[in-house]
Amino acid sequence: MYDFAYHKPASIADAVKLLAADPEAKVVSGGHTLLPALKHRLNKPTSLIDLSGIADLKGIKKVGNSIVIGALTRHVEVATSEIVAAAIPALAYMASHIGDNQVRNRGTIGGSVSNNDPAADYPGAVLGLGATVHTSKRKIAADDFFQGMFTTALEADEILTAIEFPIPEKAGYAKMKNPASRYVMAGAFVSKGPMGVRVVINGAGPGVFRQSAMEAALAASWAPGAVAGVKQDADGLNSDIHGSAEYRAHLVGVMAKRAIIAAG
Amino acid sequence: MDTIIPFEGIGASVRRKEDLRFLSGRGHYTDDINRPGQTYAWFLRSPHAHARIRAIDLAAARAMPGVIAIFTGEDMAADKIGGVPCGWQIHNKDGSPMAEPPHPVLAQGKVRFVGDAVALVVATTRPQARDAAEAIIVDYDVLPAAADMHQAQAPGAPAVHDDIPSNICYDWHIGDKATTDAAFANAKHVVKFELVNNRLIPNAMEPRAAIGDYDPTTDEHTLYTTSQNPHVIRLLMGAFVLNIPESKLRVVAPDVGGGFGSKIFHYIEEAAVTWAAAKVNLPIKWTADRTESFMTDAHGRDHITQAELALDEEGTFLGLRVVTQANMGAYLSTFATSVPTYLYATLLAGCYQTPTIYAQVKAVFTNTVPVDAYRGAGRPEATFLIERLVDVAARETGIDKIAIRRKNFIRPDQFPYQTPVALQYDSGDYFSTLDMAMKASDWAGFEARRAEAAKQGKLRGIGISTYLEACGIAPSAVVGALGARAGLYEVGVIRVHPTGSVTVLTGTHSHGQGHETTLAQLVSDRLGVPVANVDIVHGDTAKVPFGMGTYGSRSLAVGGSAMVKAMDKIVAKAKRIAAHLMEADVADIEFDRGTFRVAGTDKTKSLTDISLAAYVPHNYPIEEIEPGLEETAFYDPKNFTYPGGCHIAEVEIEIETGIVSMVNFTAVDDVGRVINPMIVEGQVQGGVAQGIGQALLEACVYDAQGQLISGSMMDYTMPRADDLAPVSVATHTTLCTHNPLGVKGCGEVGAIGSPPAVINAVVDALRDYGVRHVEMPATPAKIWSIIHANAPRMAAE
Repeated sequence: MYDFAYHKPASIADAVKLLAADPEAKVVSGGHTLLPALKHRLNKPTSLIDLSGIADLKGIKKVGNSIVIGALTRHVEVATSEIVAAAIPALAYMASHIGDNQVRNRGTIGGSVSNNDPAADYPGAVLGLGATVHTSKRKIAADDFFQGMFTTALEADEILTAIEFPIPEKAGYAKMKNPASRYVMAGAFVSKGPMGVRVVINGAGPGVFRQSAMEAALAASWAPGAVAGVKQDADGLNSDIHGSAEYRAHLVGVMAKRAIIAAG
Repeated sequence: MDTIIPFEGIGASVRRKEDLRFLSGRGHYTDDINRPGQTYAWFLRSPHAHARIRAIDLAAARAMPGVIAIFTGEDMAADKIGGVPCGWQIHNKDGSPMAEPPHPVLAQGKVRFVGDAVALVVATTRPQARDAAEAIIVDYDVLPAAADMHQAQAPGAPAVHDDIPSNICYDWHIGDKATTDAAFANAKHVVKFELVNNRLIPNAMEPRAAIGDYDPTTDEHTLYTTSQNPHVIRLLMGAFVLNIPESKLRVVAPDVGGGFGSKIFHYIEEAAVTWAAAKVNLPIKWTADRTESFMTDAHGRDHITQAELALDEEGTFLGLRVVTQANMGAYLSTFATSVPTYLYATLLAGCYQTPTIYAQVKAVFTNTVPVDAYRGAGRPEATFLIERLVDVAARETGIDKIAIRRKNFIRPDQFPYQTPVALQYDSGDYFSTLDMAMKASDWAGFEARRAEAAKQGKLRGIGISTYLEACGIAPSAVVGALGARAGLYEVGVIRVHPTGSVTVLTGTHSHGQGHETTLAQLVSDRLGVPVANVDIVHGDTAKVPFGMGTYGSRSLAVGGSAMVKAMDKIVAKAKRIAAHLMEADVADIEFDRGTFRVAGTDKTKSLTDISLAAYVPHNYPIEEIEPGLEETAFYDPKNFTYPGGCHIAEVEIEIETGIVSMVNFTAVDDVGRVINPMIVEGQVQGGVAQGIGQALLEACVYDAQGQLISGSMMDYTMPRADDLAPVSVATHTTLCTHNPLGVKGCGEVGAIGSPPAVINAVVDALRDYGVRHVEMPATPAKIWSIIHANAPRMAAE
């Protein structure tokens, strides 16, 4: 990696101040995406702002009819949280299937959602549950937050602080892993609850997206067979050495069905 | 003084001595070595598959902090440093020698693959060297690339080497064309088949590394390197590249973290750091990162083959015709040329009595990293071809796939068996390994399991491979006649110390195989010394007299045999000393596991009594026998060894996703005499894991411009534990008839026998879908597209 300055602020305000002062700075939480990129010299930040010293960014709590998870909460903590398991078991299930033990022990929800890797798991759950993203300056609905591959509504001096998940009646997640990277090749997160009926697809396209035809079908009849008649268009989906867009389009239907079965 | 010690000789599953060191992080690898004043190397590598170098501007880079020196191909040419050599010369059909372009250490005027080294930067720290490399400005004239064998042979294809416009290294053949053509003319059935053997990236756990160190006071050069054969590196680099006499060049290969063939070869980085260390008069360390491993370690396999099998009405094989194209990459790696010829086409008889075979092999240059031996080297390619072809033949003639194998097997009473492609098999029993594997895998119960799986929406398939391979390489005179530029004997030194512990020096090299245990067991078995008191020394040309290293499953068959010869000499000398000490005739001295006895009496001496007398020769026949108890032997094998056996794979395909799951794998192998059953089981399992990797997961992909698309773990699917099935391993032994241990070798059988078993199982699972063949790797996307394309036809039926 290239040399960089290192900061470890103790408050969100200090972190924002550092970020605003240096347009070439990068925020790091778990580091599981950023550090490999640095080691490969694919990224050359002037400074890293390490959020791990900010206590306000940690923890999982139930607030009213929502579960609020701090940005620095690690995947393993979500996977094993009794609060999450009781309120949104699909979210705990999803977190328990991200990467491997090392990734789950280091990676954080805030890092994953801010990065918005199209093949990541968390954006599927955040959009699939209609969550609200809390930042250092505002609250952003998930529907407005994800803006395509590695792009979000976050501004340059804005830090994701927490995610607020409304508790659904039911929700489920299913994914097909890329055989090599084990990232998501095609995944579906479905839910029914205060945010309506949602079918969200991750992995298959250049960014996480709502499958509105499947949502309509599922709203009409919540059953695994409901989406069978909805054909995902391959146009615009990812295509690479691991699978064509047509294959991914097919997997979208399979994973949606499985997610509905998982949701019950 | 009888001590009860557990039996640790031949046949005992002694725990691996080396594992305490490896598993507790105390292994000592090349990158763990640090020399006083050590500097660091970074290689600037070509980002293009094919380009002319117009100019290299080093000015900015030389001014960077910490930079000690920067070298390019021009500097090496000025020092008259040639390229790294190829170790095996193949001749064309017309008798002319193969095209053998130079492989410069640093590029000379042209780069020929992504990763080709353009400059070597030496700096105080590794990041400084890398920073400076990034500041080098290379003016490339980018040329169209020949990224695969199709592109390389298309009309008007770019020439990888300007003076070889055809991109053909050689056009070689073996076998009798006329007889084979005649066999086809009279055949009832001719089964034609085309297949690809997929290109693989080895990915040893430890990346390659090299440290060059020069001592001006003695004018001695030392290279520490991740090698499977340090003496071979010394020979090639000293004699052919840097012109350093062996007496002034030491090569050390300490603990090495996996090789699988990829660390046999003499790589340019070794020569570069050895040469540059003397130029700057400072030690230089280079350690590859994983990206460099993907880009620059020699890859494996990469064949395109058309084959035809002629059969009579009853399914008896009459003849085999094979045309293969083999990718060499951009340059000829050390043993690249031998792999698709003498390690491949000579195997095409497999374990069958095919009376006549004719094979043609064309080796093709492409703008990719060199391709060379990778676990099995040529034999997996041959086995995949034969065992797929036999399955297809069974299906198309309507003969049961087991019956057709049995009908054509070489029978136990036919050994020694001369094949039509040069090899003479000494022993084997293919019927027994087949029977055992069918029983162990419950072959008979498969259809019930398939029906059960169908209820879960899964397609279950079973596949068999009855394979044979040739290893324990190799008789020097034979390989010499075939073009090898080295002998392939092995060296063993047995040093019995005064108080009875033993040091063994072996020219083989252990990089995970467990030699420190297996070879010690040979000594324990013969001399009665506990394994704990036997130390195996390897991997240092300053300690071991000579050796050819470890590859081709040769360490036990050749290296172990050298040890046996040396122990014969030890015992012969010790008997003479014992005869003197016990005042008996040497003819009356019996020896058994450490005890010398005067026949028919209770007079005995232990090995320690003898060794003590040999080193403290007070009461000793000093006029007739030299003091000391140390012997050296060179052993040249009389033939290859021929392990064989039967692998059976069982898979399930999830129809919705195309995911192929391994559900069961059974291996019954004849590896000759088994020294350590636990280590054999581990070797077979590891080989099978790599075979399953090739069959289901691993695909090296270059794009049309010659960029490596599968250049990291993100895109190259290495097998993980959950990709594998429980691998049940059993052995059935027929002894090798021509080496003193009766051993054959077990390191490669897993990777050789398993891929066709897996693909036969996949094709069997898809039996209702009209599928004749599935190319490796059988990825979910590939399987789904087969199912998807064929489903409508099924429905119509």
